[in-house]
Formats: sequence, C-alpha cells, structure tokens
Amino acid sequence: MLMKIEGLSVNYGAIRALDDVTVEVRQGEVLSVIGANGAGKSTLLRTITGIVKPVAGTITFNGTNIKGLRPDKIVRLGIMVVPEGRRIFPDLSVKENLELGGHAIDDRSLKKELYTLILATFPRLKERLKQHAGTLSGGEQQMLAMGRALMGNPKLLLLDEPSMGLSPIVTREIFSLIGLINKEKGISMILVEQNAHMALEHSERAYVLENGRITLWGPSAEIKSNPGVVEAYLGV
Amino acid sequence: MKFFWEARKVILPAVLVYLVLKAIFGFHLVSGYIEQITLFSFIVILTSLGLNVIYGYTGQFSLGHAAFYGIGAYISAYLSKSLGVESILGFIPVLFLSGVSAGLVGCLIGVPILKLRDDFLAIATLGFGTLVRVILDNSDRFSEILGGSRGFVGIPRITNLELAFFVTVFLILVTRNIIFSRYGLFWRCVKNDELASQAIGINTSRMKLMAFSYGCFLAGIGGALYAHLYTFLHPSNFDILKSIDFLIIVIVGGMGSIVGTIYAGLIWVGFIEGLRIALPADMLDLRWVFIPLFLIGLMMWRPYGLIRKGG
Ligand SMILES: Nc1ncnc2c1ncn2[C@@H]1O[C@H](COP(=O)(O)OP(=O)(O)OP(=O)(O)O)[C@@H](O)[C@H]1O
Ligand SMILES: [Mg+2]
Repeated sequence: MLMKIEGLSVNYGAIRALDDVTVEVRQGEVLSVIGANGAGKSTLLRTITGIVKPVAGTITFNGTNIKGLRPDKIVRLGIMVVPEGRRIFPDLSVKENLELGGHAIDDRSLKKELYTLILATFPRLKERLKQHAGTLSGGEQQMLAMGRALMGNPKLLLLDEPSMGLSPIVTREIFSLIGLINKEKGISMILVEQNAHMALEHSERAYVLENGRITLWGPSAEIKSNPGVVEAYLGV
Repeated sequence: MKFFWEARKVILPAVLVYLVLKAIFGFHLVSGYIEQITLFSFIVILTSLGLNVIYGYTGQFSLGHAAFYGIGAYISAYLSKSLGVESILGFIPVLFLSGVSAGLVGCLIGVPILKLRDDFLAIATLGFGTLVRVILDNSDRFSEILGGSRGFVGIPRITNLELAFFVTVFLILVTRNIIFSRYGLFWRCVKNDELASQAIGINTSRMKLMAFSYGCFLAGIGGALYAHLYTFLHPSNFDILKSIDFLIIVIVGGMGSIVGTIYAGLIWVGFIEGLRIALPADMLDLRWVFIPLFLIGLMMWRPYGLIRKGG
C-alpha cells in the first residue's frame, strides 16, 4: 500500500467539500477518481498536497502520516501534482519551468537523468526549450506541467483533469503518455477526471466521488459497466 | 571577491559616474541644493528598489513602505545622536543596524499579514503605516530627543556623496545577485502563481517573508541615509503619501526591473524638484495636477512602465 486516506473530511467555511472519504492507492497502479463538477475531486488532491487542511481523517504515505504537513515537505516526500488548469509559469521558458520542477532535488546527476528522460518522453518540449511557456499550445502546456512534476522524481503523481480543454486527439495523446510513464517508470498515479470514459480506460481501479462522498469503487472494468455509472458519467 | 569580479561591468561605470559627480560638486558647478537632491535621489532609488523586491518581483502589494523607511531613519538618528557618532566609519554600523531593525520589524509584521490576499494585504500595510505615523507623532513621550510631532532635530550630517553613492551601488549589486539566484527565481514564481509554486514544493510563505524583510531592510538603510542628509526628521515625511511615491516609482520604472527603478527614481526626484524650480512659488501646488496627469498618461501608453514595453 503506497497511500492510505481514511475518513477524510474537508470544510470550506460552512460547506463540506469532502465527507468521510477513504481511498487506498496501491504501489504502481493508476487509480482514477471520477465525479461531476464540484464533487470535490480537486479538493481531494489539494488536501493530499497539504494546501487544504482537513477537519478529520488521516493520510499515510509509505507508512508515515503526512496529514498537516506543509506542501513543500510533502513534495519532498515524493508526491507531485499536475494542477487543474496546468498552472505552468507563463513568463518563464520551458526549460526554466522544467528546472523549477526539480529544484528540491539535490542530487545533480539524478536531476540530469530526469531531465533527459523527460525530454525523451516529450519530444515536443525538447524542440521548444527556450520558448516562453505561455506561448505553448494547450496540449504542450499539459506536457510541460507533467514534465515539471516528473522533474520532482515523484513516487506518486497526482493528475487533476489532464484532459481539460483539449481536443479528443490531444487528450488521447496525453493519456497514452500517462500510461507510458506509469508502465516505464513505475510511478503510481491518482488520475482525477470528469472525462470518465478516458479515466476508466486508463486506470486499474476507480473511485466515484459524488457531493464529497465516495459512492462506488472497484476495478475500472467493473465500474465501467455499472449501470449507474453508465447513465451518469458515460452517456450513451 | 567573486562578487566584485562578476559585477565589474557595473562597478567601472559606477566609479566613472562617481568621479564625474565628485568633480561637479568639487568645483561647485551646481548649487548645494542640486547636490542635496542628487544624493536624495540615490536614497529614493535604494528605497524604491526595496519595494520593487516586495511588489515588483514577489507580487506583495505594500502601502506601508515609507513606515520602514521611517523606522530606519528614526532608529539611525536616535543611535547616532545618543552614541555621539559623527564620522562615516562610526556611522556604518549604525546604518547597518537601522536596516536590520527595519527588516526585523518587516519580518515580525510579515508573519501574520503576508498570508493575506492582495487587497487585504494592502489594507494591512496601510494600517501598519498609519500606526507607525501615530507612534512617531507621539514619540516624544518615549524619549524627548525623538521630538514627536515637532520633529527630530539636530541629527549630524554624515551622508555625503561617497556614502550615498557607494552604499546604493553596493546594495543594488547585492539585490541583483539575489534576483539572479534561486531565491529571485522563487520570488518571481510566487508572484506568477502561488498555487503552482506550492505544487512544485516552494515554501511560499518563507519566500514572501524573505522578500518582504529584505525590501524593508533596504528601506531602513535608505531612511538612515536620509536622516543624516537632511538632519531633520518629521513624521509627515513617512506617511502614506510617501509610500505612494515609492509605489509610483516602482510602477513607472517597471515591476521587477532594477534599471527601471534607477531611471524612475532619478526622473521622479528630478520631476518634483524640477517643477519646484520651474513653477513660480504661488503655483507650486500645480505639481499635484501635473503628476497625476503624467501617471494617467503613463498607465494609458506604457502600462508596464517606462522601460519595459510589454507584459
Ligand atoms: N476555496 C474554496 N472556498 C469555498 N468553497 C470551495 C473552495 N474550493 C472549492 N470549493 C467548493 O467545494 C466543492 C468541491 O470543489 P472542487 O474544486 O474540489 O470540485 P471538483 O470536483 O474539482 O470540480 P471540477 O470538476 O469543476 O474541477 C465545490 O462545491 C466548490 O464550490
Ligand atoms: Mg477540480
């Protein structure tokens, strides 16, 4: 077990955004969390990364309790997030963005190795190293955000709606890269998506989040054929 | 030594500028008044640079910068008067201590207020500025020599061309080094996108606090030089209007531009003092018509400042 989230509850003022959420992440798997707008998917990731403080529950990562740790400490434990909307640094170059992702890594040779690997994974970035990140296309920005997170050498990668605003073709490209990174580097992932179809296709297990509660979980193949899920998230 | 070697491109022209100024002042080619405002412009540049670090580079909007300038001024004046400091050599530790004190105060109030969102931070710094003004107005209750609302008189005149010029150049170089270091990069990241900065593991609250304290340190040094140039301090020199002056210089020069701050500081002092000379005495208040018009024009034509063209 890589991460165990138990009984997690989060409030924004009077609004309860997460209610008694329990999620387990296994070593090496891609886990997807699907849910509609406002279900609490981003809140879950923000809580794991320490940006939002929960009112109840525990989060253990590799056996240590990380609840209440500062975001920068959590990053150093090996959890990196690709935020919703990508959030690359638009005024900085592609190269600077990538380097910033690895700023917490002290081992220079590891950093170099990661950098080479990432450029091999995203050749489109390699051609645009000097370009301002803000001038990249949506798909390229998503690749940059992923590359930046990978520069932090994560054990667990959190992806918040990687398909947001991308055309179906580019979405497919991004998802196949996600699969590649998971297989080749063995990095475990939590994939948060509104695009349930893609998420279920590319994950081993899935959780369904509705109004801050987990209502269903299991192998993605089973979730995919669940009549309720088909009706609510997969359309016909 | 490495520091000076890397900065040689700046140091050589700086020494040249110094020699030219020295000659001009030495042969009395300009009046004592011009001499004084020249030194004053260096102080303004240094202090504005502090605000540029806070606001221009790190994105923390402060309306209370003059308060830290005032803290540096009053602490240095108090120290040099009560210790009987009169020479430059004796003054340097006082100068440093005043900067550090202002930086420390910045750090202390920064801890609670830098968590705030932009607009609330503006109000909090405004509040702090007002508080300092009130304390200075009543400072004679703590110690008679501070002078309260009558002003602090009889400060030794120590700030000369060498001191004002070389302290400013030195601190510009130090600031430039920090800006190009990883901390400078982190500051820009925090300004760009705080959430993304957190996502890649930057300790954003620490970075904001660092930038704020360092900016206040520069203001404190500026204030100390100011006190020992004009030899008289009044609380009204350190109120919100003064803070806005510094803000204008940062915006005019361009957010996050050291060169811009230097030009804007010179232009600002030259403009205000120049109008004082150019306008007849009874029309002096017209300055406050010209200046806002200039600012409105600037925001329309060069919203990113005089130096930078685009965003
Ligand atoms: N900073 C905040 N303050 C108050 N309420 C918030 C805040 N952030 C999120 N919420 C609320 O919490 C709930 C969950 O939001 P969250 O962003 O986690 O949803 P989401 O599942 O990621 O949605 P989306 O698919 O639209 O990104 C929503 O009702 C939202 O309005
Ligand atoms: Mg979301």
